[in-house]
Amino acid sequence: MIGFLIRRLLQAAVVVLLVTMITFILLRAIPGNVAVAVLGPASYRNPQVLAAFDREYGFDRPWFDQYLLWLGHLLQGNLGFSWTLDQSVSSLLGSHLPKTIWLVGVSVAIALVVAVPIGVWQAVRRNGVVDYTFTSLSFLFYAAPTFFVGTVLILVFSVKLHIFGPEGPQGGLMDDITDWRDLTLPVVTLALVTIALFSRYTRSAVMDNLTEDYVRTARAKGASGRRVLWRHVLRNSLIPIATLLGLSLPGIMSGALITESVFNYPGMGYLFFKAAEQQDYPTELGFIIVVAIAVVVGSLLADIAYAVLDPRVRYIRLWPSTWRPKTSCQPRSLPPQGSRPARPAACSCAAWRCSWRTGSRSWAWSCSR
Amino acid sequence: MFLENRLAIVGVVMLALIFGFCFLGPQFYHTDQIHVNLGNENLSPGAGHPLGTDVNGYDVLGRLMVGGQISLEVGLAAAVLATFLGTLWGAVAGYFGGVVDTVMMRLVDALLSIPTLFLALVVVSMFPPTEAELILVIALTSWLTTSRLIRGEALSLRVRDYVQAMRVMGGSSARAVFRHIAPNAVGTIVVNATFQVADAILTVVALSYLGLGIRPPQTDWGGMLNSGLDSIYDGYWWQIFPAGIAIILVVIAINFIGDALRDSFEVRLQRR
Repeated sequence: MIGFLIRRLLQAAVVVLLVTMITFILLRAIPGNVAVAVLGPASYRNPQVLAAFDREYGFDRPWFDQYLLWLGHLLQGNLGFSWTLDQSVSSLLGSHLPKTIWLVGVSVAIALVVAVPIGVWQAVRRNGVVDYTFTSLSFLFYAAPTFFVGTVLILVFSVKLHIFGPEGPQGGLMDDITDWRDLTLPVVTLALVTIALFSRYTRSAVMDNLTEDYVRTARAKGASGRRVLWRHVLRNSLIPIATLLGLSLPGIMSGALITESVFNYPGMGYLFFKAAEQQDYPTELGFIIVVAIAVVVGSLLADIAYAVLDPRVRYIRLWPSTWRPKTSCQPRSLPPQGSRPARPAACSCAAWRCSWRTGSRSWAWSCSR
Repeated sequence: MFLENRLAIVGVVMLALIFGFCFLGPQFYHTDQIHVNLGNENLSPGAGHPLGTDVNGYDVLGRLMVGGQISLEVGLAAAVLATFLGTLWGAVAGYFGGVVDTVMMRLVDALLSIPTLFLALVVVSMFPPTEAELILVIALTSWLTTSRLIRGEALSLRVRDYVQAMRVMGGSSARAVFRHIAPNAVGTIVVNATFQVADAILTVVALSYLGLGIRPPQTDWGGMLNSGLDSIYDGYWWQIFPAGIAIILVVIAINFIGDALRDSFEVRLQRR
């Protein structure tokens, strides 16, 4: 259904608009005067300068005008200007966002590759030694704050054993890709916490699916246990995982913020933390909007993925029905829809339907009443 | 039901021990946690200081108790406040439905799309917090998931016969929300509140760890980890592990209790 997609997109747009309103309220709630903050405390003596500043940047207008002005700037990609760093927020984003995307992307990819098999293994060996071991481990890492995990990893692997560097790569994006020695600990830190979350979900998803009727059907038809597990159960269990991936994005972003500040990794989270420390409000609020939009888009994609993956909740059809893979119960050569006979005008009852007659190999109208 | 769960008992006992350690401990183990003593900074664990001292010469064991008080207080209070707010918001949205529901829930969606830590950091950077303000900030940024859950409950509860009957008899909407919807969603509320405590504790220690939480000479477990990280290259492990392990133990204990509560409230799972 295209309707679902449109409704969902509109909803996302409304949410983003609300986020800008919340951000604007936060912007207005900042204690003190922007002009004084930018021009320095001495400007108090010079009211004309302050008034000129307010006029130039629109601070003398009513708040609604200010909001519209600010929203207009946002739509043009102007996220504000960081007076502290003397740079526009979008240029800060340009240099720091790719590093965060890289860190989060690699960690989540590793987490998925590790967590899904662990979750399946746990579900299969339910209440056995394997299950208890990994359940305890995931409890441990789920409860451990990211910064503690990171700190312990630094203490063990870089201070004691000198295997990995204590700080994330400090250079550009190329540096991140080549400098695995420095990148390992931040990635592992972020991945460990994510693995704990994902493996628990995989375990419960697989366990739920193992009790479904189709498993018994497949077993009764003679499919081997392994085939049922990998072909049927796992594929169905990945559906909730896809949703979870979208929903856990805010949590992963918070984790990235902490990981980056533990490892001095100069990504967006670290910059955000520094901005909060130095009360660099334009940077903070610009980043909040970007993160919020990322999260909204993430959950939108998760919802769409859910609809695409799960035929039971298929809101949208990604391909025309004629492209659908043919199932064995359909006739081999299905004539085009155009060859259907016109519906008899005489009858308009709801029970009339057009169906394919395999015997005569033709479409025919019939009434089940 | 709840007490049959062995993990739940472990959780309750662990939590009781930690509360006793933090709130009763200082009565028996006296340390000076206010005056900096540079004469015995960074002492390793030994006689007089079972867990050593930190960079300011504070006794780590004593600091663990005092810091724990703040972490636990803020976590508990913030969770209670967040649960109250979230329940009210969700129950009202779910009960009234329609436009009210849409407006209220889109606001929740918008706030949820800003990660808690980012939102909390912004607010904290604008208004440097005291303990009470920290509770308020964390509560105001973490009531959202609760409100979503309660709204779902309210949607199904509001069409029940007893609510309809009460409405027909002339009961007000406020009565429906407070006397019927909220009490009947108590299972969801209690289970969610438990996990809220764990999340709130993790948020407060994260804020303190980032140096934007409680201000010195007061501290909490996150603040202890933060100062421990400064001297990590010297290998002062006793400044890192006690606070970290304390946080993990509390969160695990709370999760045990929450899981057990969920199992005992969910009738569907009871015959396992």
